[in-house]
Amino acid sequence: MLPHAVSFSILKTGDAKYFTTTKKGEVFELKAELNSDKKERRRDAVKKVIAAMTVGKDVSALFPDVLNCMQTDNLELKKLVYLYLMNYAKSQPDLAIMAINTFVKDSGDANPLIRALAIRTMGCIRVDKISEYLCDPLRNCLKDNDPYVKKTAAVCVAKLYDINPQLVEDQGFLDELKELLSDSNQMVVANAVAALSEITDSSPSGTPLVWMDSTAINKLLIALNECAEWGQIFILDSVANYTPQHELEAQSICERIIPRLAHANAAVKLSTVKVLMKYMEIITDAEFVNMLTRKLTPPLVTLLASEPELQYVALRNINLIVQKRPEILKREVKAFFVNYNDPIYIKLEKLDIMIRLTSKENIGQVLSELKEYGSEVDVDFVRKSVRAIGRCAIKVEEFSERCVTTLLELIQTKVNYVVQEAVVVIKDVFRKYPNKYEGIIGILCECLDTLDEPEARASMIWIIGEYAERIDNAGDLLEGFLHGFADENIQVQLQLLTAIVKLFLKRPSESQELVQQVLSLATQTDNPDLRDRGFIYWRLLSADPAAAKEVVLSEKPLILDEMDLLEPSLLDELLCHISSLASVYHKPPSAFMDEVSGQRKALPIGFQFSEETSSLDAQSIDSSEECPVVEVEDLLGVDMAPTGFEYGPIGQSATSGESSVDLLSSSLDELGLGNPFLCALSAIPAPYSSPKALWLPAAKGKGLEIYGTFVRKNQEIYMEMTLTNQSTDALSDFAIQFNKNSFGVIPALPLQVPSPLPPNGSCEVSLLLSTTGSIQKTNPLNNLQVAIKNSVGVLYFTCLIPMHVFFTGDGQMDRRVFLSTWKELPAQHEVQYTLENMALNPDIVVQKMKQNNVFTIARQHVEDHDVLYQSIKLTNNLWILVEIRIPLGESFPTVSWLIFFVGALSMNRILS
Amino acid sequence: MIGGLFIYNHKGEVLISRVYRDDIGRNAVDAFRVNVIHARQQVRSPVTNIARTSFFHVKRSNIWVAAVTKQNVNAAMVFEFLLKIIDCMQSYFGKISEENVKNNFVLIYELLDEILDFGYPQNTDTGVLKTFITQQGIKSQTKEEQAQITSQVTGQIGWRREGIKYRRNELFLDVLEFVNLLMSPQGQVLSAHVAGKVIMKSFLSGMPECKFGINDKIVMDNKGKGLNTEEQVRSGKPVVVIDDCQFHQCVKLSKFETEHSISFIPPDGEFELMKYRTTKDISLPFRVIPLVREVGRTRMEVKVVLKSNFKPSLLGQKIEVRIPTPLNTSGVQLICMKGKAKYKASENAIVWKIKRMAGMKETQLSAEIELLETDTKKKWTRPPISMNFEVPFAPSGFKVRYLKVFEPKLNYSDHEVIKWVRYIGRSGLYETRC
Repeated sequence: MLPHAVSFSILKTGDAKYFTTTKKGEVFELKAELNSDKKERRRDAVKKVIAAMTVGKDVSALFPDVLNCMQTDNLELKKLVYLYLMNYAKSQPDLAIMAINTFVKDSGDANPLIRALAIRTMGCIRVDKISEYLCDPLRNCLKDNDPYVKKTAAVCVAKLYDINPQLVEDQGFLDELKELLSDSNQMVVANAVAALSEITDSSPSGTPLVWMDSTAINKLLIALNECAEWGQIFILDSVANYTPQHELEAQSICERIIPRLAHANAAVKLSTVKVLMKYMEIITDAEFVNMLTRKLTPPLVTLLASEPELQYVALRNINLIVQKRPEILKREVKAFFVNYNDPIYIKLEKLDIMIRLTSKENIGQVLSELKEYGSEVDVDFVRKSVRAIGRCAIKVEEFSERCVTTLLELIQTKVNYVVQEAVVVIKDVFRKYPNKYEGIIGILCECLDTLDEPEARASMIWIIGEYAERIDNAGDLLEGFLHGFADENIQVQLQLLTAIVKLFLKRPSESQELVQQVLSLATQTDNPDLRDRGFIYWRLLSADPAAAKEVVLSEKPLILDEMDLLEPSLLDELLCHISSLASVYHKPPSAFMDEVSGQRKALPIGFQFSEETSSLDAQSIDSSEECPVVEVEDLLGVDMAPTGFEYGPIGQSATSGESSVDLLSSSLDELGLGNPFLCALSAIPAPYSSPKALWLPAAKGKGLEIYGTFVRKNQEIYMEMTLTNQSTDALSDFAIQFNKNSFGVIPALPLQVPSPLPPNGSCEVSLLLSTTGSIQKTNPLNNLQVAIKNSVGVLYFTCLIPMHVFFTGDGQMDRRVFLSTWKELPAQHEVQYTLENMALNPDIVVQKMKQNNVFTIARQHVEDHDVLYQSIKLTNNLWILVEIRIPLGESFPTVSWLIFFVGALSMNRILS
Repeated sequence: MIGGLFIYNHKGEVLISRVYRDDIGRNAVDAFRVNVIHARQQVRSPVTNIARTSFFHVKRSNIWVAAVTKQNVNAAMVFEFLLKIIDCMQSYFGKISEENVKNNFVLIYELLDEILDFGYPQNTDTGVLKTFITQQGIKSQTKEEQAQITSQVTGQIGWRREGIKYRRNELFLDVLEFVNLLMSPQGQVLSAHVAGKVIMKSFLSGMPECKFGINDKIVMDNKGKGLNTEEQVRSGKPVVVIDDCQFHQCVKLSKFETEHSISFIPPDGEFELMKYRTTKDISLPFRVIPLVREVGRTRMEVKVVLKSNFKPSLLGQKIEVRIPTPLNTSGVQLICMKGKAKYKASENAIVWKIKRMAGMKETQLSAEIELLETDTKKKWTRPPISMNFEVPFAPSGFKVRYLKVFEPKLNYSDHEVIKWVRYIGRSGLYETRC
């Protein structure tokens, strides 16, 4: 806070004097001044109010008085009053309405600057009444002759959408906004793009407003050449969200945006890089990709000469780019050498990238740099440099010896943290090149006393244990550690236990006593890991020393060269966010934002065109080649063509007597969607649940028999099981686990079985499930592998989860979204059946379906049909659209399914 | 997009606060103060996430400028914008200081309202902003003037207004290069590059179209077909290999991409026409040869030889060599052949200043440093010796070949324009390890 009484004796001329306020009766005085007759005094008073507001004082009591000053021809004063209004209107909605008149009048002023100011400010006032009055002026301003007013109005649509999306849609502002994309003024286009992108991102239905097609993109690319820097960023960022229809389109867009790489604004550069990186995935022409790779190098290096803050953003992004396409910067490692005066955050990032770029060709230079860094001031940076030397050794075998020598030199410096870090990485070097550098163990042992960090101690102990046969006094050294065993970190304790067992197996005669000591220490601790490891060694050693030797001294797999890489699917997602916060944090947006609407982004999957299809003619492209569609089919594991169905009877289906229902259920069961239909058609009271099936016969379950089913109750999924103990012993200690599955189903609570379960006893269990687990595609899709543990052992079985339990309660799709989606989805995704011999009452269908979370969007009466349109949403955000035609006469109802999904995320996870 | 923008003084008191979006509450102002300005540890990143709200900050001379957002915004854009605001404020009222910010807070609010709408940056060009955001208040604008302002703010050529007139059409070009060097103690160049810029000051009437030519290798290769680089060098026409360049927004980038020609309509007055980077064939104007000897635990001898490496007819200026000394230095004896050298205890360095030095000369400094005995085991880290200088040529070999001016509507021709070119080479980070 600013001190309340600051005096600026020297600077009485500037505005600083308004910060000078006396505390007592301040508001009262201001009130008087605001109502003064003199213009000058009123203006000064408003300035004081704004200064007080800035400092955080509550001056809302002055609302009516400030509002009085609104009617003025002084633009400066007007702006100040508006600023005040924007801050306090929300807390004084009733009074704020008094401002409407002035706003509406101003929005029709002859001066475009005032018109724009009015519309800009009105959009910032979040009071419902004002928003309503905004519509008419906004519509006028969107059609204004002056580009300045129009560009302001474009942004205002986004503001209004933020307050009341329904209003914007109802008033048709979205269409007007789309029209502005063709405006002749570049800034109008730029702001319209920004507004549309924002509206698309925050659209609550989760479905993108369709506005970007190749014609729209074309318009944007034309505007791009004439835009100011910020507009270029808006445009490039929305082009990055567009996936070209075919490779040639991708190439031509690339060619048109390449010149932007020479723009002075770093954000324009990076957004261009984002589009290029994304489109490179689609382009198969190797020569073109090479050209892009070459073009990308210089601008990325140039970014390293910008202000440190921008450099930081650039480096975080380069870190991603290098992981995906190292060839872009492989010759530029020198650019990432650290300057003495770089801020620490730049130094650490540069170091990280340096290591990623290290190769046989440049390792000599890198190594001497890293050695230099070993004497820097910042501890974190020095540690990271030392670690980096170890990573060089592991990465480039030819230079491992030089790296080890460098590490030894660093150990000689005796700087405590350098030594510790060096020991840790030398352990890794040993794991990569076993039996190559044991000559240096002696030197390492000399610095034993200086090691006080757990990781360094553990590493040293590991080395001693691993090479116990070559270190004469290994026993003594380990014994030294053993004295303080209880005070050590668990990491060190575990390592010490293993090392001593190794020593014993290698040199049994000398270390009998030591091993007994450590085993008894380990098995008496509270830590289960340590205790159990102790017991395992103990039993191994006493039961079969030869086996112990085989287990403990077995050959270990070598460690890998590449470390710290991001998980590939995350990397791909982040590359779609180049230049944004996500790329700076290296986290997906959901990890740092409250709510993420819209889809998660993923790199496009390359087109696999044959020569003929890569022609420009979009028509010739088989739409089944577009990625999402293929995935859906894949996901459901179903051949969608009607011929693919096998019609077989299904045993215990609840039927109301008609044979056709069986037929229907089996075919729908193929899709895994049939049960609600069954239910709707049958007389069973909703919600539907299938009867329990035998999951685990007693013969396979070591006496335990399980019948089970899945149901959906209160919008949650439950697994209901009947456990029967057919064995002669009582069963206890039940636990359950699922294998990764397509829908990420996991138990939400532990399994509660009254134990012991006596022989011939039986119990009913209902287990709450959640769908937040990890996802892996199973075949068939609704397959679930379950493991149940009890006192007898672990039992495995598989069962099928009926699809209808995944139908969520929020599956009611917006009517218009439903309509546009239905139209968009190509015919290949549609499956049709005819339900024979069935007379249906549409009302009952609607009602029954609703109980099962199948929502009826629309109902139409067409000629002699009743048509129902329904939507279903699965827990993994897959949407299913249904159309049922029920004829009035004696013919049979037809059902069409259309499937699409929202949430590319879950699909990708399943596929990868 | 940007949800709010705050300016603080070094104590963390808020001087300006403007919120653009509803998701940013008043507590955001305090969150940044507590977690960043008053943070115990040194700030380790210019981007901070506090309770799912992201803060971007830039600190210039004790003033913190922070942007806050709850969305996944374009981070590079936010920083570019913050730097632009600072530029803009500087051009309105000079140095960014607490006093200046307070004295101009009404102006700053007005600017913030104009250049950021709902968190989206709008036209930030100071030249244009100054035409309609003034502290005088616009009272008597004619309709034409108003229309002109709006078309200029939104216009394609947002950086230049119509109807500029000069009696004397004149332009100045400054080629300003910063040489960056990192040299090993043995004199091996570890990395070297030139960051150059061309600054143009134009006083031209009307809407002149300019065409700018340099001795860029690609252009010269196309021109002097058949001649390879060496022959060109011998023929007295050296070329420069530009690794990367970027231009002011007035330059038509697509034309540069296709024809490699730099054409533009310049803003009135001073602006940065282009920036470039070169790494090949840099002539390093100075060479520092250090010799450091630690004699026992309490004495050190340093000898530094400085060689100038350019045409003897030219003069290097404002030369300063900065030799770091250990923290436990108790006394320094200095002898230098040229200029003045001083030990500055507060900066832990010997500063050796030479006003002028001609090319192909050599001079040296020797110092005896006495050290206090310390018990710390940690060795002195020996920061690099850095130097500053200014030379009257472009170390990269960059040459302006021509700058042609066409103004089709007004009747002045290219050769009536008075043109001036100046080359300045300055030190960037010019360091030699010792």
